[in-house]
Amino acid sequence: MQEKELTTKQRLRSIKKFNARKYRELKRLRRRRSVPVSEYTTQMADPNNLLEIDDLHTYFYTDIGTVKAIDGVTFQIPRGKTVGVVGESGCGKSVTSLSIMRILQEPQGQIASGAIRYNQLAQNRAIDLVKTPLKEMQKIRGGEISMIFQEPMTTLNPVFTIGKQLDEAIALHSKKMPKKEVAARSVEMLKLVGIANSEGVYKMYPHELSGGMRQRVVIAMALACNPNLIIADEPTTALDVTVQAQILDLLRSLKEKINASIMLITHDLGVVAEMADLVVVMYAGRIVEQGTVQDIFHRPMHPYTIGLMKSRPNFVESGDRLYSIPGNVPSPIDLPNYCFFRNRCSQCIAACDGAYPPLMAVSDTHKVACYLCENAQGKDGE
Amino acid sequence: MKANDTVLDVIDLRAKDTVLDVIDLKKYYPIKSGVVQRVVGHVKAVDGVSFSIKRGQTFGLVGESGCGKTTIGRTILRLTEPTGGKAIIKGRDVFALSKRELRKMRPEMQIIFQDPYSSLDPRMPVGEIIGEAVKEHNIVPRAEYRDYILKVMHDCELRPYYIDRYPHEFSGGQRQCICIARALALNPDIIVADEPVSALDVSIQAQIINMMRDLQEKRQITYLFISHDLSVVEYISDVVGVMYLGNLVEKAPKTELFKNPQHPYTRALLSAVPVPNPDVKMNRVILQGDIPSPANPPKGCKFHTRCPHCMDICREQAPEYKDYGGEHFVACHLMDQK
Repeated sequence: MQEKELTTKQRLRSIKKFNARKYRELKRLRRRRSVPVSEYTTQMADPNNLLEIDDLHTYFYTDIGTVKAIDGVTFQIPRGKTVGVVGESGCGKSVTSLSIMRILQEPQGQIASGAIRYNQLAQNRAIDLVKTPLKEMQKIRGGEISMIFQEPMTTLNPVFTIGKQLDEAIALHSKKMPKKEVAARSVEMLKLVGIANSEGVYKMYPHELSGGMRQRVVIAMALACNPNLIIADEPTTALDVTVQAQILDLLRSLKEKINASIMLITHDLGVVAEMADLVVVMYAGRIVEQGTVQDIFHRPMHPYTIGLMKSRPNFVESGDRLYSIPGNVPSPIDLPNYCFFRNRCSQCIAACDGAYPPLMAVSDTHKVACYLCENAQGKDGE
Repeated sequence: MKANDTVLDVIDLRAKDTVLDVIDLKKYYPIKSGVVQRVVGHVKAVDGVSFSIKRGQTFGLVGESGCGKTTIGRTILRLTEPTGGKAIIKGRDVFALSKRELRKMRPEMQIIFQDPYSSLDPRMPVGEIIGEAVKEHNIVPRAEYRDYILKVMHDCELRPYYIDRYPHEFSGGQRQCICIARALALNPDIIVADEPVSALDVSIQAQIINMMRDLQEKRQITYLFISHDLSVVEYISDVVGVMYLGNLVEKAPKTELFKNPQHPYTRALLSAVPVPNPDVKMNRVILQGDIPSPANPPKGCKFHTRCPHCMDICREQAPEYKDYGGEHFVACHLMDQK
């Protein structure tokens, strides 16, 4: 008994030591005064992509161990397309977006390795967001890449008027613009997102608006600087279906107007089917399946994707039982070295006991991380 | 007075298989203002709602946030005092009961709340959470108490060794199972489920919904299922009522309502649900604007400010809520024009 306690203590101490080292490393990295531009410029693999996430690992160094929130995620966001990221809570969807924006909770949360290549069209270069210094990042955040958060209630500051908050975002990214022009731009943005009484709303406080109106304001703020990429993290989850329809409609039309790409994070498969061109399905920090909307919805291959779809009431007849995936998501601290879904999967085969399955291409656009699909791949070829 | 008597007679006739009968339920919240807190108006959260649920059936209540769904659920159980109307559970008017009688009746009606994180006492182990009311109401003799709790837990797919654990050790889905077990332990006839799956992940939602259906079959429980998720309501309900700003605008058996919606609001609501099929391009009715304030509802039909088929009469006169055949109730002037 005593011996076991001692080992736990030792283990915790070694974790603490390890974490402290990681924090120190990060601190040293942040303290550097000037970072040469050559260090963070790279080449895009495909110039048509706006963003390329390449083998990204984001870890949280917590007191009970390292949480691998993202463990090797690779996907691309092409220019002018919408990419939907689906998964249950805790699968790393939001952490992916936070990593892109580099607003992780530091020093616990750190990008351990990998690259996020961003095609900076205005300056005709590509940069690696992971290595970009914070000064440079601040110009990009909210300007070139902007984010819409889930809760419109908590995103807006309750003690400032809508106008003031919008002006702030615009003025930050175009410093030379006179105040009057900034205000005019804010009102114009409010009009753009379909707020009828835009001059009135400009002077209002967030509590005077309904949830749908607030989300519109947040969208206006995100679009105010004509971003190239909009990251929408569950933009409609807190809203009613009728308002959700309004907001999705708005996002779609605005995307075309300013020709931006959208990374849409959601757990609602319906929203994804409607909005996205490409879909990424995540499970426990890794991508289990990715492809075009048609691939995912008409030919889902991974047992998790199939289970996720079968558990929605609108996929089944009302007499049938809903399919529920048995078991729970594995603990993010001690992830097994075999397929993370093995213990919940109903179609396990012998190969599943082996190493984690790599993403295998089923067709040109469709990739699945499952040994079951090895055979499917062969069949396609025949 | 006379009208009331006839209403009660009708209820007696069908009381045998009707578990819950809500008649003209009203709940107004006063708006107070000034130094002396004078009442200057009322928020009509629920303004004359009637429906009934048969034994072993599920009544789904849908509507946008702020339309009064939750208020109905809470008032029926008298968690808030009603302003008017009747709620008859098994032949007894809940609103007319004295405090002592109400307490006696509590085991027959239970509620499951939306948020499983805030509805469980963090300082109580699971066994006590489930068993507190069982002890209070003397459902089983002392000696059988522990076995009874374990049996209830087994029914709700909770492992026996969870009995001494605390709520923080569980995931959202398991917590909701505990909430269901707590309601179930009293052997209720009716359970008000107020958005029981809204806070849960998709795959866990399915688990909870399946469990609720199994329990219903096993124990003949009646559910009042409140939700804003139409696909869940379509799946679990037998009869569905659509609410808008404190009133029912349409009520029909499930298949009828989803196949043949009549009220423009119901149609808009149904068409707003995203369809998980990328090839289906929806013919969407997008409603403009927001739900009006219930403190100052529009004159005439409350929906006329957002209705795509608004006529002159809609602005003047509130439509009557009546049966258009096959238990399909609608409140809309368009129905009379056909």
